[in-house]
Amino acid sequence: MNDTKKAYILNTISVILLFILLHLMLTGGMFTRRWQSVVILLCINVILAVSLNLTTGVLGQIALGHAGFMSIGAYTAALITKKYMADFSATDQVPLGIYVIALIIGGLIAAFVGLIVGLPALRLRGDYLAIVTLGFAEIIRVIIEYLDFTGGAQGLRGINKMTNLYVIVAITLVVIFLMFTLGRSRQGRAIISIREDEIAAESSGINTIYYKTLAFVVSAFFAGIAGGIYAHSMGILTAKTFGFMKSVEILIFVVLGGSGSFTGSIVAAILLTVLPEVLREFADYRMLVYSILLVVMMIFKPSGIFGRYEFSLVNTPKDIKRYFAKRTQKKKGAVQDDNNTES
Amino acid sequence: MEFIQQVINGLQLGSIYALVALGYTMVYGIIKLINFAHGEIIMVGAYIALTSVSFLVQMGLPIWLCVFVAVVFCAILGILTERIAYRPLRNSPRLTSLITAIGISFLLQNAFMLIYSPTPKPFPKMVTAAPITVGSLQISMSALLTIVISIVIMLVLQIFIQKNRLGKAMRAVSEDYGAAQLMGININHTISLTFAIGSGLAAVAAIFYCMSYPLVEYTMGTMLGLKAFVAAVLGGIGVIPGAMIGGLVLGIVESLTKAYISTQLADAVTFGVLIVVLIFRPAGIMGKNTKEKV
Repeated sequence: MNDTKKAYILNTISVILLFILLHLMLTGGMFTRRWQSVVILLCINVILAVSLNLTTGVLGQIALGHAGFMSIGAYTAALITKKYMADFSATDQVPLGIYVIALIIGGLIAAFVGLIVGLPALRLRGDYLAIVTLGFAEIIRVIIEYLDFTGGAQGLRGINKMTNLYVIVAITLVVIFLMFTLGRSRQGRAIISIREDEIAAESSGINTIYYKTLAFVVSAFFAGIAGGIYAHSMGILTAKTFGFMKSVEILIFVVLGGSGSFTGSIVAAILLTVLPEVLREFADYRMLVYSILLVVMMIFKPSGIFGRYEFSLVNTPKDIKRYFAKRTQKKKGAVQDDNNTES
Repeated sequence: MEFIQQVINGLQLGSIYALVALGYTMVYGIIKLINFAHGEIIMVGAYIALTSVSFLVQMGLPIWLCVFVAVVFCAILGILTERIAYRPLRNSPRLTSLITAIGISFLLQNAFMLIYSPTPKPFPKMVTAAPITVGSLQISMSALLTIVISIVIMLVLQIFIQKNRLGKAMRAVSEDYGAAQLMGININHTISLTFAIGSGLAAVAAIFYCMSYPLVEYTMGTMLGLKAFVAAVLGGIGVIPGAMIGGLVLGIVESLTKAYISTQLADAVTFGVLIVVLIFRPAGIMGKNTKEKV
């Protein structure tokens, strides 16, 4: 049996196990209301982190406007379900089909805006791209506050809630799966080559504009989906939530986890969502600690926790084994060296 | 008349932007870093000035002396952030130092939020003189002071950069880092000086800002900083006269938008200007185009 097949089987089994665990925890009453909302927030943050990692980590372009795309997805999805519920439904419950369709349309609109933003913005490099994406996100925020049908500065209220954990966890897993596969596909490798050296990639016949825009648009699409989930879990949206701070928070997930590593983004998003919940007493100091962590990390280990390492059920045990084998070998070698110098 | 009034308002706001933009441009020119923490220095300056006012009143000194306290404190803070956070990263990728700058910005913001509490604090009135009336125009004393002092500061800075030994060293370092070092210029001192001057100017801007919007808040620096950065890019980042022109243009655009289009959309127009400029003339109004080399 080759590794790919093995990987598919292992991953399917672990996903099934995860769902059984989730089901047991839910029916066993281990999740309080608060922890259920933490898990939803966690899923949203994981999707955001993974999607930004595509632009910042894999493509290597700094984008400071991810919250802007998130807000577009959030408002679109919320307006769609609101309209549907007002016109066609008597109950309070959003039907699953409508929810998924609203999320996807929200994602598509976000992706479309991503295309409009990306086409001109991606001609710029590095710092300038960061500033332009930041500028676009601010413009989006101002326009949402200005328009009437989005609720203006008061915010959009009365969005029907949808907090089914199974559905949200499933969507998150699908997004992670798509991202991992995209990262390893032909397109993903083309995107990586742009990160490594744009000029070299271009001269090897890679259509850099196409692939840069592709990464950016896909990234915006998933940010929109995360926004849709967020809208339906909160029930209320205000444009202020999606400011510069939110974009930076997402960037922190990616950078701390190790930009370029989806594993890193996921782990960092989980850690930085769950830790503040556990350490509630220190809520005031949360952002202070984040910022110190960020600066210290950048000075001492700029590649993040995972660097560019990716976790996989097939390879990681092997990698760990190899790592320890190397270490013991090194130790033995060091001991032998010592003996030599002594004699 | 209404139009001229708006232009004067714009010039006042623009002078503040220009002072802050100078800090961005000087730092970018010398170490190629967008110093995101620069906006936060404005906030720090405002808080320090506010705190020093109460001490000055106790000692029976005039309150405008708070400017000097704020400038000195911010200059030292600027040097310290460079020393602690940016110097170890001088040769690392741009992304790393950009993220460090964002980290420092958050750090300052949250530290000051915890020290001074999140509620906004009123800033005492510094200028009590009556406004000057010319025909139907009314120019407030604070607007006049802001514009005149800013212009004087910019002229002094320009002369310093062009004529003084230290100013020449700064230009040399921004021109070619390695060659400047070989010519015996102390790079570290020059960079520290750049941060000190930039942060000092931000403190002056903070006080001018508080003269017209007398409310000190821990988030006040973010938007002001971003707009000043837009001004720096508009004028051509790294070019000192560019920052001044960019600041004034942006201030006038913003005040005209507020007067004739919509107050709410003013920020969108500001960033719209930035995007249009970056797409059509990435080097800015006064910047030079640089060709990419392989």
